[in-house]
Amino acid sequence: MSTQTYQISPAEKKFIGLHLFFAVAALSIGALFGPLQALEHAGLDLYPYLKPVFQSYYQGLTLHGVLNALVWTTFFITGFLTLAVTNGLQRPLKYPTLNKVGFWTMVVGLVTAAIPLLLDEASVLYTFYPPMKAHWAFYLGLTLVVVGSWIEGYGFFYTFAAWRKDNPGVRSPLSAFGAIITMGMWQIATLGVATEILTMLLPWSLGIIDATDPQLARTYFWFTGHPLVYFWLLPAYLSWYSFLPKQVGGKLFSDALSRFAFWLFFLLSVPLGFHHQYVDPGVPAGWKLLHAILTYSVFLPSMMTAFTVVASLEKAGRARGGKGLFGWIRALPWSDPSVSSQLLAGILFFFGGIGGLANASYNVNLVLHNTAWVPGHFHLTVASAVTMSFMGISYWLVPFITGNKLMSKKLANWATWLWFVGMVIFSNAMHVVGLLGAPRRTPLGLAPYVPEEWSGHLLRVGIGGTIMFFGIYLYIYVLARTAWSKKAEKVTIEIPLAESEHDPQDTPEWLDKWVPWIIGTIALLVIAYGPQLVDQIGNISLNAPGGRVW
Amino acid sequence: MTSKSSMHIDPYERNWIIISIVLLVTFATVVGVAGFAFGIQVPSPEQRVDPRTVADEGPWADPGLRELSPGKYEAYILAQTWVYMPREMSVPVGSEVTFYITSKDVQHGFKLQDTNLNVQVVPGQVSKLTITFDEAGDYNYICTEYCGAGHAAMFGTLHVEP
Repeated sequence: MSTQTYQISPAEKKFIGLHLFFAVAALSIGALFGPLQALEHAGLDLYPYLKPVFQSYYQGLTLHGVLNALVWTTFFITGFLTLAVTNGLQRPLKYPTLNKVGFWTMVVGLVTAAIPLLLDEASVLYTFYPPMKAHWAFYLGLTLVVVGSWIEGYGFFYTFAAWRKDNPGVRSPLSAFGAIITMGMWQIATLGVATEILTMLLPWSLGIIDATDPQLARTYFWFTGHPLVYFWLLPAYLSWYSFLPKQVGGKLFSDALSRFAFWLFFLLSVPLGFHHQYVDPGVPAGWKLLHAILTYSVFLPSMMTAFTVVASLEKAGRARGGKGLFGWIRALPWSDPSVSSQLLAGILFFFGGIGGLANASYNVNLVLHNTAWVPGHFHLTVASAVTMSFMGISYWLVPFITGNKLMSKKLANWATWLWFVGMVIFSNAMHVVGLLGAPRRTPLGLAPYVPEEWSGHLLRVGIGGTIMFFGIYLYIYVLARTAWSKKAEKVTIEIPLAESEHDPQDTPEWLDKWVPWIIGTIALLVIAYGPQLVDQIGNISLNAPGGRVW
Repeated sequence: MTSKSSMHIDPYERNWIIISIVLLVTFATVVGVAGFAFGIQVPSPEQRVDPRTVADEGPWADPGLRELSPGKYEAYILAQTWVYMPREMSVPVGSEVTFYITSKDVQHGFKLQDTNLNVQVVPGQVSKLTITFDEAGDYNYICTEYCGAGHAAMFGTLHVEP
C-alpha cells in the first residue's frame, strides 16, 4: 500500500495551495489582535491608538475568534484533507469542479462576513449569541463558509465511493478514511448552526421576524459548537497517525485501533453539546448530566490516540538509538521543524485534555464557566494541538506544493518554540486567573472589580501573548518566503505517508463499514438530543428582539 | 493472518484502554455523587418570562431582596445593559438566598465571586440557584458574558454582614 504511484497534479497542488493561502491570510489578520488583548490584560491598552481603523477591544476579539478559530482552521482543513483523500486513495478528485465550487463558495462567504466585521457592524464574538444583533451579511457569510465546506465534503465522498467501487474488499487507506470521517461528522454537526442561522438569525437580521429565542439558539449553536472542536482536532490526529510516524522514521503502531478511535469520534463528537450549557437556565439538569457522561466517553478515543501515537513515536525513537525511559524522546528528529511542531503540539494537548475533563465535570464547571480558564483551555487545544500541528504540516506541505525548499529550518524551529514557550506562560496564567474568578471576554483594564491578586497573572498573560505574537509572525514569514522566493532551491518532496506495522488488510472488516456506524450515530443523536429539541422547539418563544449593543 | 473479525490489540494497549475506561467511570461516578449526594446544583428550567415586559410588571419590576422568614431570602435580579438591578444588597451571615435572575435585553452572565454561584442569564429564561452564606464579607457579582460596550463595568456587590 505504501507505494505512491499517483502523483498529485500541478492543478491539484495549486488548488490545495489556494486553501493554505486563504487560511494563512486569515491567520495573519486574526493573530494581530492576540497580543492586543493580552497586553490589555497586563495593563497596556493599545486599542485607543487603533481607533480610526478598529473601534474596540470587542471588535478585535471578534476578528481574532472568527479569523483564527473559524477561518484559519476550516480553510487549512479542507486543503489538507484534499491532499489526504487524493494521496490516500491514489487517485484524483472524482469531480474537481464540485470541490472548486465548494472552495469558492467558502471564499465568497469569507469576504461577505469580513466586510461587516471590519466595519464594526458584527462585533458579536465568534459565538454570536442572539439577541445581540450583527449585520445580516455576517450571518450569510458564515453560512456560505459552512455550505462551501459541505460541498467540498461531497467531493471527497464521491471520490471515496469511486475508489470503493474499484477496490471492493480492500481496507480503505487510513489517511483518506480519516478525512472522510472528519467531513462526515462535520456534515452532521453543522446542522445545528445551520438551523440556528437559517431559521432564526438570518430572517431576524433581515427584519423578516422581530425577535429570537436566545435559549433555543444556544442549544442549536452548541449542537455544532463542540463537534467543531473535533473538526479541528481530527485532521491533526490524522497527521499524527498517517504522516508523523513516517517523518520520525517509524511506522503506525496500530491501524485497527486508529480506525476504531476515528469511529468513536464519529459516534460521540456530536451528542454532548449540553456540556457547554451546564449553567443555562433553559436546559434540565438531567440532560446536562447525560451529556456530561457522554463527554467523558469521547475522552476514550483521545486516550487511545495518545497511546497509538506515543507508541509509534517511542518505537521509532528506540530504533534511532534512544535508550531509557525517556531517552527515545530525545532521539526523535527535533531538528525537523515539522516534527518538533507536532511533538510540542502533542505535549500541550496533554494539558489541554486534563483541563477539558475539568470543564466537562458537571459541577467543577460552576467554578470555571465563562472565566479566563476557558480561553486558557482552548488555546491549548485549537491554538496548540491543532495550530501547531498545522504549522508542522505546512512545513512540508508548502514545499511540496511550491517545489521550493523550506526557507530556513532554523527559523521555522524558532517560530515553533516561541509559540510553545509563549503559550505555556499565557495559558497557565489564564487558567490560574480564571480560577481566581477573572471573567473571559472582558477588557479587565476597564473592569472596576479587579483585585490586586490577579495582577501578577495578568502580567504573565501579556508576556506570553507577546512571545506568541513573534512566534506566529515568524511562522508566516517563513511560509511566505518559502512560497514566493524566486531564488529558492527546488526540491521534490515525497509525501510522508506512514506504513502500518500490521497489514491494514488484517484490520477487521467491521471497522471499514459505514452503514452500521451511521445508523448508530443517528440513533445516539436521537436519544441524546431528540427529546430536548422537540421540547425546546415545541415551546419556542420568539420574544427577545435585542439589537446592537456595542 | 489473524481472523478478520477480531482485532489485534497489543497487551500494553489493552491495559491502557482498560485503565482509561476505569478512570473515566471513576470521574463520572464522582461527578454523579457530587451532583446528587452533595446537592451541587446547576440551573434547570424555572419559568419563562417575556423580556419585553419583564421590567414593567411582576417581581422584576421591583428587583431586590425579599425576606421570606428570618435568615431566608429571595433575590430578584434584573440584568440589563450594563448594570444589575439592584447594584447592592445586604444579608446577615448565615442567610440562605435563592436567586432569580433574568435579563430584559441581551445575554449576560452572573458570577458571584468566591462561591459556586455562576449562571448564564438568558432573556426569556429565569436562572435560579440557592446558596447559603457562611462567611461575612463583600461578594461581587460580575457579568461574565460579553453584553456590549459597557460589559467590563457591569457588576454589583452583596454584603454579607456579621
